[in-house]
Amino acid sequence: MSDNRVLIRVENLHKSFGELKVLKDITEEIREGEVVTIIGPSGSGKSTFLRCLNMLEKPNGGKVIFEDVDLSDKKVNIVKHRQKIGMVFQLFNVFPHLTVLENITIAPTLEKKVPKEAARKKAVELLERVGLLDKKDEYPSRLSGGQKQRLAIVRALAMEPDVILFDEPTSALDPEMVGEVLDVIKDLAQSGMTIVIVTHEMGFAREVSDRIIFMDDGQIAEQGTPEELFKNAKNPRTAEFLSMVL
Amino acid sequence: MVDSVVRLWQKYYYVFFNGLWGTLWLSAVSVLAATVVGALLALMKLSKIRVLDMIVNGFMAVIRGTPILLQLYFFWLLLPKIVPFEMSDTACIVVALIVNASSYVAEVIRAGIQAVDSGQTEAAKSLGMSSVNTMTRIVLPQAIKNILPALGNQYIMMVKQTSLASVFFVPELMTSYKTVQSATFLALPSLIIVGVIYFVVTTVLTKGLDIFERRLQRSER
Repeated sequence: MSDNRVLIRVENLHKSFGELKVLKDITEEIREGEVVTIIGPSGSGKSTFLRCLNMLEKPNGGKVIFEDVDLSDKKVNIVKHRQKIGMVFQLFNVFPHLTVLENITIAPTLEKKVPKEAARKKAVELLERVGLLDKKDEYPSRLSGGQKQRLAIVRALAMEPDVILFDEPTSALDPEMVGEVLDVIKDLAQSGMTIVIVTHEMGFAREVSDRIIFMDDGQIAEQGTPEELFKNAKNPRTAEFLSMVL
Repeated sequence: MVDSVVRLWQKYYYVFFNGLWGTLWLSAVSVLAATVVGALLALMKLSKIRVLDMIVNGFMAVIRGTPILLQLYFFWLLLPKIVPFEMSDTACIVVALIVNASSYVAEVIRAGIQAVDSGQTEAAKSLGMSSVNTMTRIVLPQAIKNILPALGNQYIMMVKQTSLASVFFVPELMTSYKTVQSATFLALPSLIIVGVIYFVVTTVLTKGLDIFERRLQRSER
């Protein structure tokens, strides 16, 4: 894994909301095919860090270099690059006015000029893969939370991104639906997709991650393989956090 | 009373019909134009260009802070002085009605757009959708549902507000009341006739908007 090319390089990233410094000088690399989990107490900057990777939050300083392009550069056409960075949100954010199928096809047909038929075919394949094919003509209001999130995942996949960012994808789900969403993400991880995921599901993090990053107070306090972090955390804050959530 | 209303109607119905026609086209023109101008103002307000936002805010503050009748007088007095061509009273009043209504329409549209969950915009952005596509394909179709009921109310108000044009003897319903009233001195009966016509027009409009709204809800749930 460490030989793979670097997909995202974050250099000295800073982000503040007004007076509040949320990210303090973060430098990090995500390599192709890696599954990286970000954990940490709430307010530690995990989500903000993730949202800086596709410029949903504009950093106040530093660089986010994605496939050799600095996304924080104002001259960069961010729209084009975002097409290669999928994102799945805590609150699903599926489009309620579009059918399940249209949710998936709208971005590829509009932005990548994929012919309607090809986009539909691909969407059907994806829906089948996550067990939602029978819902393809329904509106999202008829889906459960878990189904909405699976839809959100395949909607992101339809753009054929090089990496997918997951922002607490199971935090808004009823407990009995967490499993179905995690299974889809697990499948994705095993298929070699590059994944960065912010989650509180420690068991899941341990199982699928190549690397876990522990964030605390806007900084990366510690990182390593699940084994390293869960078995012998070096930073006392990591140990304290893990002892609380495990 | 009923008797004199009926007799007045039989004798002067064509005056009232002319007035109704005036009211309808005044309303139609000002509704259409105010919707277009209002939408543009709303987009200016939502744009990230500071100057545009400030200009629109200032304009809206003045329009909302002064009476509509004053605005009608203002444009009626001002426009003939500043435009290089002949401008009728009616044209001045139409402009004033549009200017007034567009400010309220803009506010309705802006609020409707901003009421759409920001997560929708973020999702569209994260999929690499352009801002134009995000607005036209994701945000606006959802905003319409917020906008339409309020906009319907605004339209009905605009229909009623065209009656102010009678102050300037622009041909419309309220002016036809004045005409019939001064010809017959039957003030109350002609007022009742005009009132009934206004009521019928606004009721039909309300029902029409209701049906349109319900159809929209059904297609999207």
